[in-house]
Order: sequence, then structure tokens, then C-alpha cells
Amino acid sequence: MKFDTPATTNPIDRLKVVGKATDRIDGPLKTTGRAPYAYERHDAVQNPAYGYVLGSGIAKGRIIGMDLEEAEAAPGVLAIVTAENAGKLTKGNFNTAKLLGGPAIEHYHQAIALVVAETFEQARAAASLIRVRYAREDGRFDLAEQLKTAPISSDGDGTPKPDRTGDFDGAFAAAAVQLDATYTTPDHSHAMMEPHASTAAWDGDALTLWTSNQMINWGKGDVARTLGIPKEKVRLISPFIGGGFGGKLFVRSDALLAALGARAAKRPVKVALQRPLIANNTTHRPATIQRIRIGADRNGRIRAIAHESGSGDLPGGGPETAVAQTRLLYAGENRLTAMRLAVLDLPEGNAMRAPGEAPGMMALEIAMDEMAEKLGIDPIAFRAANDTQVDPEKPERPFSQRKLVECMQIGADRFGWARRNATPGKRRDGRWIIGMGMAAAFRNNLNMRSAARVRLDGNGRVTVETDMTDIGTGTYTIIAQTAAEMMGVPLEAVAVRLGDSSFPVSAGSGGQWGANSATAGVYAACAALRDKVAAALGFNATDAVFEDGKVRAGNRSAALADAAKGGEIVAEDVMEYGDLAKKQQQSTFGAHFVEVGVDAATAEVRIRRMLAVCAAGRILNPKSARSQVIGAMTMGAGAALMEELAVDKRFGFFVNHDLAGYEVPVHADIPHQEVIFLDETDPTSSPMKAKGVGELGICGVGAAVANAIYNACGVRVRDYPITLDKLLPGMPAFV
Amino acid sequence: MKAFTYSRASSPADAAALAAKTPGARFLAGGTNLLDLMKLEIETPAHLIDVNTLALDKIEDTAEGGLRIGALVRNTDLAADKRVRRDYAVLTRAIVAGASGQLRNKATTAGNLLQRTRCPYFYDTNQACNKRKPGSGCAAIGGFSRQLAVIGTSKDCIATYPGDMAIAMRLLDATVETVKPDGSTRKIAIADFHRLPGDTPHIDNSLQAGELITAVTLPRPLGGKHFYHKVRDRASYAFALVSVAAVVQKDGTGRVAFGGMAHKPWRVEAAEAALPKGAAATAKIAFAGATPTHDNAFKLPLAERTLAAVLSEARG
Repeated sequence: MKFDTPATTNPIDRLKVVGKATDRIDGPLKTTGRAPYAYERHDAVQNPAYGYVLGSGIAKGRIIGMDLEEAEAAPGVLAIVTAENAGKLTKGNFNTAKLLGGPAIEHYHQAIALVVAETFEQARAAASLIRVRYAREDGRFDLAEQLKTAPISSDGDGTPKPDRTGDFDGAFAAAAVQLDATYTTPDHSHAMMEPHASTAAWDGDALTLWTSNQMINWGKGDVARTLGIPKEKVRLISPFIGGGFGGKLFVRSDALLAALGARAAKRPVKVALQRPLIANNTTHRPATIQRIRIGADRNGRIRAIAHESGSGDLPGGGPETAVAQTRLLYAGENRLTAMRLAVLDLPEGNAMRAPGEAPGMMALEIAMDEMAEKLGIDPIAFRAANDTQVDPEKPERPFSQRKLVECMQIGADRFGWARRNATPGKRRDGRWIIGMGMAAAFRNNLNMRSAARVRLDGNGRVTVETDMTDIGTGTYTIIAQTAAEMMGVPLEAVAVRLGDSSFPVSAGSGGQWGANSATAGVYAACAALRDKVAAALGFNATDAVFEDGKVRAGNRSAALADAAKGGEIVAEDVMEYGDLAKKQQQSTFGAHFVEVGVDAATAEVRIRRMLAVCAAGRILNPKSARSQVIGAMTMGAGAALMEELAVDKRFGFFVNHDLAGYEVPVHADIPHQEVIFLDETDPTSSPMKAKGVGELGICGVGAAVANAIYNACGVRVRDYPITLDKLLPGMPAFV
Repeated sequence: MKAFTYSRASSPADAAALAAKTPGARFLAGGTNLLDLMKLEIETPAHLIDVNTLALDKIEDTAEGGLRIGALVRNTDLAADKRVRRDYAVLTRAIVAGASGQLRNKATTAGNLLQRTRCPYFYDTNQACNKRKPGSGCAAIGGFSRQLAVIGTSKDCIATYPGDMAIAMRLLDATVETVKPDGSTRKIAIADFHRLPGDTPHIDNSLQAGELITAVTLPRPLGGKHFYHKVRDRASYAFALVSVAAVVQKDGTGRVAFGGMAHKPWRVEAAEAALPKGAAATAKIAFAGATPTHDNAFKLPLAERTLAAVLSEARG
């Protein structure tokens, strides 16, 4: 099915199942421990051996000697895989550094060996017996230093150059009120609950990988490419994933090494990356240094806006696209956005929840708060005054839907924004200084090709198969809701099978495109199934109504199950997209509101209340969508207050590489969270009229916290995370 | 983890004797720190002597009017003890400010005193660390040192003692009771128990080889108002950036000890005389000669302000 004109009325609009707050259908499996995760496939694999990954002890240089003898002789050891004995490996299309390093070392904790043994403990003990001799080389580890000479970069289209509209320099110089400020965001770790994990088994020359991966088809391709085997010989199975956040978009060392280890040991092998390895072995959200300049009239109209961001990555890597939202979010005739990319020899930077916008909004939305204060205008009024219903760089291109102002106004009413005192330091609660802050939320909507197969059996049961993944987001449930709505059956009559590369290729989970794209693919497959069912029952497909387990047209009605009496009916289709997204800008919008307390003595910050208002098209399942948004708000709170991979610039690694050192919020850090979804549909997104919320929910949170801190104590911190050491110098004395 | 042998102790004295004659032996109590360190091969004992079956899990009144806390009393039980909550509230508050409920259920009184540093360079076996591997150097100096010590450091080590309970024990002038391999016992004032790193940072405390802690005693209650104020980046389950244990009397006199500042619980008795004058006067004496790094210099004003908050609350 091709989607190239805006959706009109369709069966989803009945909203009998879709749009209803629905418990996740896989909930009982998860709460009773029966959901099979990649490292625990006792059901699928007999007698697996255990692999343990050895990471490089240096960040850059070469291995000049590796003594395996002692490890090989250790109890239980079956095989040791290294770059030297692994055979020819080709770097995956989605990898920047090699997953198995050596002799050249590209980053700290790059995998250099896998020890396979009978037990996990034996593998781990033997790994420490491998003697590695390195020749260290100087590396580039200091982002600020490297950015001094880094070239302009782009996110892929054409020759890298700044994006300019109008005359920024002239308009900024002439602006009555100016802001020129630099903001920094640190490297972030995904810190998902389930580590990267895989179980591998070979059957002759065919490989099956039970792995924790968000993008099955990308993964299948890169496994085949890396191993140099045909794609048809690789099967990935990933039905349950314990969190990804972008860290599992790509095949990582666990999957490759499990495959190599299983080949070497001639036995199934399972590998989970040990927690202290994850920060440096896998990908992370890259640090940014962002300069923002805004020039405005005295009445608050933006005349000039510039956002320049620098980030770093290994050779061949890409920039963190932190300026993306600034091209679209606010009006202003004169605009400049640019990115610089430094080469760093730190671990690989890559996507993490809302790549680009998450760190970009952390900076831009502080800048907007600062500008509002300079102008003496309420931050919401300032943003509303610079709202735009068209792409500011291409005014002929409207937004498909844009309810930013409504989000801010509804949020202001609900949160009690009117009680905010614009002058910092005016509200106290005992030792706590109270402040309120807000930020806009913005994240683009992406539509991705997505296919599904749908089966109807003689009992009227519908089964959906697609290689789509559920990374904890609730995909199982919204797909079941979609199929139930389309086929006119209750939710309980639908079974959903996900995450298997033998199923039709889906959009996968990433970039908040999964919900709309994957359900649209299921919509297409169900439309094809409806045609087959109608034909089998002797109905004209366009007249047939699918409802209550029956198919009706005119005054004739038949049980849906009857269509499959003679055998299962199977339909498969793919949803593909025309150029609607080019003609109209599809984005999601929201507003975040935060109240914090700052301890007048210690400058500790504790969040007291949070509210998000989101306009993101049709909300397919308000319950799981809310879970997505409160999770994203929590992650945003972490980024605001505590999350930072600390770089050792001498040795080139993230020092705090475990969950004791890399702090993420605990329950006690997160107060009451409220989420409001606007009642909205976007007919340009797909027949589902939905968009994404899982990343919208984090965009802007950090700045809302930062702005609340400023409102509380009057200290403006532009370097995340906003830890108490950065606030203390500006705090009044406490005696 | 290195392979190790294991045995159960039959009595404290036997445990100490066995430990002294078995190369690479360590005692195993709650295991909440030791087992983690063994998995990372930061600790590589050849033999574990499990002391959990020894009857050292009672809290008893002493003839002097204090409490004798068995070495194996779990943190949860110690914090919840009625006498401790009534007479030594600073101790309860310090304990519940640390770790998590699950860890406190396992962790023991003696084991908590022996908790090792959380310096990230100590935890990464690729990095130089004189505490983990004597003579290898200190990668923390010049590195990421936000959590590390600001006073009492040496050119060989800037690690901090990470615990909370011991800060209160130091404040209360607790005494550590031990049994030595020859069966004799001794009492170590808590002030003499933890040590500064000097040029032997691999030695955390004054225990001799094989010596086993059997109890910690508390002297008579101090009265006054009790405080344990722990400052950290997140609200729970984090090590202290700075913590302040204090007992303040009605007349403004009292005691104060600090956590997160040094290689041991930091208490300077001479500084306590300045408590009635306020936090600044006290901190000035307590932290005279401090040697912070760029990353952790904030701890000095933070400690002073945290003490100010405690004193303010004491007045209120």
C-alpha cells in the first residue's frame, strides 16, 4: 500500500479498540518471568557455553602481543576468539569502529577477545589470564580542544556547509536585544536495564542469533556482512528487549562474538556484556558544545537566530545533530545553523533517545528562557509570539499539525504557571527555594516503510507477524489493537508475533517512528486480508463492514471465521510512503513544566512536580503512551541533574563506567508526573493518523529543569548536568 | 573471579588463627562489598573464611551504660534497634542513608567498617592504583576526582572512605573489639582504626593479619540532638559527596564528623570547640591544610554549608 495522499475516514477511526487505554498484552509474560530474553533462551538452545568479552585496556594503539596459553589451559575453556583467529571480518554498515579490535585498537574497552567456557565463571576467570601487551599511541580525547580545528559537518545531504536563511549576521548585529551564550551537554550512556546480550547457534552454515536488538533487518544485514555469509543464512530473533534507547539499534560485540564463539566452540554460545564494559564498549550519546545567538525586537519578535553545535566521534563517524530543531521551532527571517565534527578517539558516538533534539533542546530552551528574561516577557508568551505555522526556511511548506501554543497554554493552566514569580528566589518552603520552569518540546516525526503478515484461522483468530520489535514501548499491544480494529474482532482474538527476521521487514524501533510506522504496516496487511476475506465470503470488499467478529454488507452478515473454514487465509503487505512529508513538515510538539526545590544550604536540587503536554497525532494506546512519556521525562531529569560519562582526557575513556558511577534517577528523584495528550489526529502521517511520543517526551525536559533551577535560586548553569558544585558559587551565603 | 577455597569458622579465635596461617585468606560476612570486588578481580583471596555462623549477632547493654554491637549485626537490625534509635539516633540515620534496603539486610557492622573505597580508578583494573596494586601509581591524581578526598591525601592516593555508618561511629567514639590469631583480644579506638593513605594506601585500617572484629562498642549516650546530613547528586542510593554527622547540645556545644572528605571518617576534636561559633569557624579548623583537586574543591564550601544547615536545624 502506498500512502501518498492524506488519510480520509477508515476503519481505524471507529476507535473501538485503538485509542483506548489498554494494558499491555505481554504484561503477564513479563511479570511472571516467562518473556524470553536473549540471554535466557533455555527453551530454544540446548547446553549453551558461556562467552566472556575482554575489552582493550588502552584507548588507542596496537596490540603487540597476546598470550592465550594460560587462559586456554584454564578449567572449562572451550575456545578463545581474537581478531587473529576469527577469520576475515568486514565492518558492518552501521558500525563506526570494529566490533572485534586488534591489532589496531580504536577505543577503550573495544572487544579484543571472547573466552568461551563451560560456565560463566570459568570464562570470566580465564579472560583475566589473557596477557596483552600494548603499544600506546596518543589519542584525541578533548572535545573542546579538537573542535578548534574541526570542519563543518552535515547530517548527510550534500557538501557540508552552514544552513543560512536571510542575513543572520546583519540582523543579529542590528537587533535591539541580543543573547550570545554557549551551552554544553556531556556524553550520555543508554544505561538500559538489560545489557546487550545474544545467544548464537550454528546449524551447518546457517546462524541463528537470539539477540537484544531494536532493528532486526539492519542487524541481519550487518551480521551477514561482518561474517561474510549470505543474508539468507542469518536469522535474528528478538521478541523481548529490556530497553534499548538507541543503544541496540545496531549489532554490537555481543552478537558478533557469540556467533564467532559458537563457531569456534562448535556449540551454542551466549554472551552478555558485563555492565562495566557497556559504557566504553558500546555506543553513547555524544557530548556537545553549542553556541546559540538570538536577536529580537523589544516587543519580543525574533529577528535573527543562530545555533552552532560541535560534537566528536571516531574517524568515519557522524555529528550529533543538535541544531535540527532550531531550523523549525521558532520564527525569524534570518537564520544560521551549523555543525562541526571533531575526530575523537573516544568510544563510538551514536543515537540515543531523540538524537539531535534531546541535547539540542537542552540548550535552545535555556536560551529561550534567558532571552525572555532579557526582554521582560513571560517565557510562554515569548515562545508563542515566535510560533510559526510554516517551515521558517521554506515558508511555502506548512506544518501538517502544530499545536505548540495550545500545549503551552493548557500546561500553564494545569500547572499553575500564573503562580510563578519571574524574579528568582522569591518562593521558599523551609530550607528549600522553589522555582518553576518550562520548555517547549519538539521532535520530528519520521515515517518508515513497514511490512506485516496477517493470518486468519477457522476460529476467527487473527495472528500478526512482523519483524517489528517491542523494546518495552508497548508495540505488542498497539499492533494487536490495530489488527483488532481492522478485522472487527476483540483484542483477545489477536496474537502478535514480533522480532523474528523470518517475518516481513518492519520499520523497527527507533527515532519514535515505530508506533505509527509499524501499525501502518499492519493496517496495510489487514486491508489486504479484508479483501481476501470479503472475496471468500462473497462480499464486495469496499462495502463490507468488519465488526463484532462478523462481516456485513447490506443486510447480509457472515461470521469472520467462516472465511477461513477451508483453511487459513494469509495476507501480507507493506506500507510505503510518497512525498507527503516533503510537502508538509511533520513534527510532534509539547510543553514541559517542572517545579524544583533547591536546598538553600547545599544547593541540592530535587524535582517536586512535572507535567508534559503533548500534541503527537492520534494516541494509539494512552496507557503505554503515557508510560513512554513519563519514562522520557525521567530520562530528561537524569540528563538535567546527574547523568554524565566523565572523560579521562589523559587516557581516553569514560571513567564512571558502571551504574554506581554513572548515576541515573532512582524512584526518590522522581516526583508526581502528569501527562496530557491533546486530542489530535494527523492525516498526513499514515492511515493511523498517529505520530511518535517516546522521544518527544525527553525533548525539552532538561531545559525545563534548568529554567526552574534558575527561577528558584537565580543561578544560570549552561553546562549539564546541573550538579550542586556548579550552583554553589552563585548561591547566597547560608549561616 | 579467581578460584578460591572456602571454610566455615567454628569460633572467632579459630577464625583468626586460620586466617593468619592461610595465605590470601579473607573473612566473609555479608559479602556485599567483597564478592563484588572478587568478581572484578580487585580482591583475589585464595581462601574465604565464612564467619556468618559465629554467634556475633547480638546487641547488648554494657556495664558502662553503652551498647555492645556484635560484628555480625546486620545494618538493618542495628538501625532499627530501639536503644540505638533512642540514644544513638545519629547512627540509625547514618545507616539508613546508605546503600539500599537489600544491601543493608546483608551488610554487617564489622564488614561495613571494612568497606573499601569507591574510587573509579581502584575499580578499573586497567588503571594504575596504589591501593589495588601497591607501587603501580595513582591514576586518580590528575584524573576524574570529583568524589575523592580533599584532606589527608598523599602523593600516592586520594581515595575516600565511602561509608556512612563509620562516620557516626567515629562521632560516637566507638571502640572496635577484635580477636587476634593468638586468641588474645584487643580494643581499638575508632579514631585509630581507619588510617590515612600515606605511602601505604593499600592498608585501609589498623587490623593486623588475621585479626577479626568481634564487636563494636558504644560508650554512654551523649544526649543532645542527633543529625546525619548526607549530600549527594541523587536523592538515594549514592555515595556521599559530603556528609555531616553531628550531636549538638542545647548550649551549642557538640561533636561533628564528616564523610566523603578523606580516606577515613574525618573528625577533628579541636574544631568542635568552635561549634558554638558556627560552621565557618568549625570548618576552618577541621579542614585546615586541605588539598583539594580542581574537581572536588567544592566539597570544602559544601561541607561548611552542610554543617551550617545542621547547626541551623539544631537551633530551630
